[in-house]
Amino acid sequence: MIAYLGRRLIQSLLILLGVSLITFALLYLLPADPVRQIAGRSATPQTVENIRQQLGLDQPFIVQYWHYLTKLVSGDLGRSYIQRSEVTELIVSRLPASLLLMLGAILCELLIGLSMGLIAAVKRGTATDQTLMVASFVGVSAPQFVVGLLLLYVFAVRLSWFPIGGYGTWRHLVLPSLTMGILGAGWYARMMRSSMIDVLRQDYVRTARAKGIARGAIIFRHALPNAILPVIAMIGIDIGIFMGGIVVVESVFGWPGIGQLAWQAIQRVDIPIIMGVTLVSAFAIVLGNLLADIIAPFIDPRIKLR
Amino acid sequence: MSGRTEGGVPQQTSQNPVLAMTPDRILTITNLSVSVRGEEGSREVVSNLSLTLSRGETLCIAGESGSGKSMTALAIMQLLPQPAARISAGTVHLGETELTALDERRMRRIRGDRIAMIFQEPMTSLNPVLSIGRQLTESIEAHTSLSPSQARQRAIEALKAVRISEAESRLRQFPHELSGGMRQRVMIAMALALEPDVLIADEPTTALDVTVQGEVLELLRDLQQKHGTSVILITHDMGVVAEMADRVIIMRHGRMVEEGKTSDIFARPQADYTRELLAAVPRIGSGAGRQQSKEIAEAAMPANVAEVNDLHVRFDLRGGILGRVTRRVHAVEGVSFSIAPNETLALVGESGCGKSTTAKALAGLVPYSGDIVVGGRNLSGLGRDERKAVRRDVQMIFQDPFASLDPRMRVGDLVAEPLVIHGIASKEERRERAAALFDRVGLSSDQMELYPHEFSGGQRQRVCIARALALRPKLIIADESVSALDVSVQARVLDLLKELQREFGVAYLFISHDMAVVENISDRVAVMYLGQIVEMGTRDQVFSNPRHPYTKRLIEAVPVPDPAQRRSRFARLDQEIPSATRRIGEAPLKLALSDVGNGHLVATEG
Repeated sequence: MIAYLGRRLIQSLLILLGVSLITFALLYLLPADPVRQIAGRSATPQTVENIRQQLGLDQPFIVQYWHYLTKLVSGDLGRSYIQRSEVTELIVSRLPASLLLMLGAILCELLIGLSMGLIAAVKRGTATDQTLMVASFVGVSAPQFVVGLLLLYVFAVRLSWFPIGGYGTWRHLVLPSLTMGILGAGWYARMMRSSMIDVLRQDYVRTARAKGIARGAIIFRHALPNAILPVIAMIGIDIGIFMGGIVVVESVFGWPGIGQLAWQAIQRVDIPIIMGVTLVSAFAIVLGNLLADIIAPFIDPRIKLR
Repeated sequence: MSGRTEGGVPQQTSQNPVLAMTPDRILTITNLSVSVRGEEGSREVVSNLSLTLSRGETLCIAGESGSGKSMTALAIMQLLPQPAARISAGTVHLGETELTALDERRMRRIRGDRIAMIFQEPMTSLNPVLSIGRQLTESIEAHTSLSPSQARQRAIEALKAVRISEAESRLRQFPHELSGGMRQRVMIAMALALEPDVLIADEPTTALDVTVQGEVLELLRDLQQKHGTSVILITHDMGVVAEMADRVIIMRHGRMVEEGKTSDIFARPQADYTRELLAAVPRIGSGAGRQQSKEIAEAAMPANVAEVNDLHVRFDLRGGILGRVTRRVHAVEGVSFSIAPNETLALVGESGCGKSTTAKALAGLVPYSGDIVVGGRNLSGLGRDERKAVRRDVQMIFQDPFASLDPRMRVGDLVAEPLVIHGIASKEERRERAAALFDRVGLSSDQMELYPHEFSGGQRQRVCIARALALRPKLIIADESVSALDVSVQARVLDLLKELQREFGVAYLFISHDMAVVENISDRVAVMYLGQIVEMGTRDQVFSNPRHPYTKRLIEAVPVPDPAQRRSRFARLDQEIPSATRRIGEAPLKLALSDVGNGHLVATEG
């Protein structure tokens, strides 16, 4: 187990290094010039050149990347070009909001998705099954900004059950979590359904029935733990998809998380913030996958980490 | 006792079997029909079946695949696959209870408590994520009001009854930590823990090694005598029938063909089908009836088709932070043999003995060390392309004819594919050659346009044989190639293989766990155990004069299809076969083979 974690940790560091290199290179090749953004349209060429030198952006790519890496190792993500504060501080102040949103979203998609899939599988071939699968299809295909606006209109504007936007109470959390969770819920419903149908056909389920075990116990004790395994592996991957969705959803709901921060930074070519948010997201994805892999052996004794 | 006709079928006119019931009779099936809804409408898989089962009796339902024997079992349990299959007519009485009329809730109380069932596949019939203990206690808790600790005690007793050692610690183990034989014993423990009136065993030993099979059958017989359980044993194996049954029902295409006392069925089969079935069963000792072991091959001394010298195949298992090799599976350890043209060498042994790995090394499918010489050329000295050319001479036929044909290709293309791969012949010539091969293996060339799923298992195996013959190989490796087939089909495929050998002079490396089949087809036999050959010689030497204890045990364990030769006790395994996985540095003990006369090689211990 310790050997396994050690190996995974080394792998994770390599992944983060790769992510930083690729993002850095892409931003370097970008035709947009961050210095122009900082200096403003009226700046003289001399001023622009001064700022460029100040930020070290006149150096060759390798040198720039090396500087960034050496600072990164000591936990320094650099200073924002526009906001004139440390990137680390900016991210740390906004991360809790994003994590909360992500937690809410995962909860939504698991609760909705898994129960939909489970019911559809057990009621396979009935009208219930078909209705649920149509619903899941809508969930998978609807773009997040449409779902977000729709939820806002119905539940905030018309019904006034939840606030329109902002951050603070649990009521603020409901609509953004739902918006983010619905997409995943659709996926999970479909995955859970096919996984469950597959498991219900297995010999051991027949054995359980031949033993005279009650239907509920067969579904929840015998089938569910087996059916949920592929779903757990998905949660790790899902965090990556959330990182993309968070940019849209936080903007729609005015949620003060790193998604909003990233969105502002992208518009102004604020390279240190973009780099910082990308690395934090990559770290979250790596961590999510690791957690999913660590949980798996607790459900399936056949899986051994080594 | 008027209602109990010895070996007789209840008359279809009998109005109510319950009235005619004697206290002795536990299960009565009357005019049962089961139909399955498919794409072409409804189809009867069991038709008008009637049978009775008395207390303490063992009734075997025997038949080939598709005979409806398993469907009958599932119908009794009301476990037919939903929603496709259903009971379309007839009744099933357990005592005086009509089972087909019960709702699910009341039927559930009967399942596991009064009728228990064990299935064919011990590997998949236990839930992989629940401990053995949980799976045992849950059925006890479902049917009794015992407390958890009492249920646990009962579970331990049940495990002890099926002779599982260290029962208490076994409760915490998971199915994947047990061997196939152990798992089947757990299944039996689970089925018998509540002392049911009826036990239905559907092919309980088919997936097990032959020495384990004997053990499990004996266990079943023992427990049945102890508890007076009535057993319905479903099997395709006439050897198992002869060994176990008081009474036999032969089924075919969903209908009962014949019913009677076991001794009567074997001695005086009435129906044609029963006679065919019994004739097709391979028997040890009947091999003498086929051609004599070929002495000719040795006299003429032609160059061997293939020679294997000191073959080793090991698989590394990694562990630790750096993923270093910590343990190795010693799958094949220093195996040497040679095969002459026109000769069949059989490689026998139980699962995990390394016989299939040996075959794969010979076919170039796994990395190996040692020497493999095909057609006089040593493969290890050759480059990639040369090796490919040499390998044309070695072709394989696998066990599962369903899995070894690409379902999206026409069978004609499948047979011609080896020619395409090796760039032989033009398109038209390839078609002609494939057509000729189809005729040769007993299929018609019209069938070349069809897809694999349109063929039966036996026909598919013929397609595989045609494919293997396409390159005119000198050696065909048949890896359990007839194991998945029904006996009557098996017999025909074996005959085809022999014919093709006479015609093309091809040599076979015939890999099998089935001693009776091996005796039927082989010229020479090599017995493998834990990666090494423990005995090798001509068929007559090995079967008439087995010298190594493992060979003896293998031969003795095969159930004989003759009720008169029923053994009082099966050879019992003292222990499980040890694992071939070892730590680095722990080399297995090399067995030395010594000649006990006329090339009959036997391993000497130590």
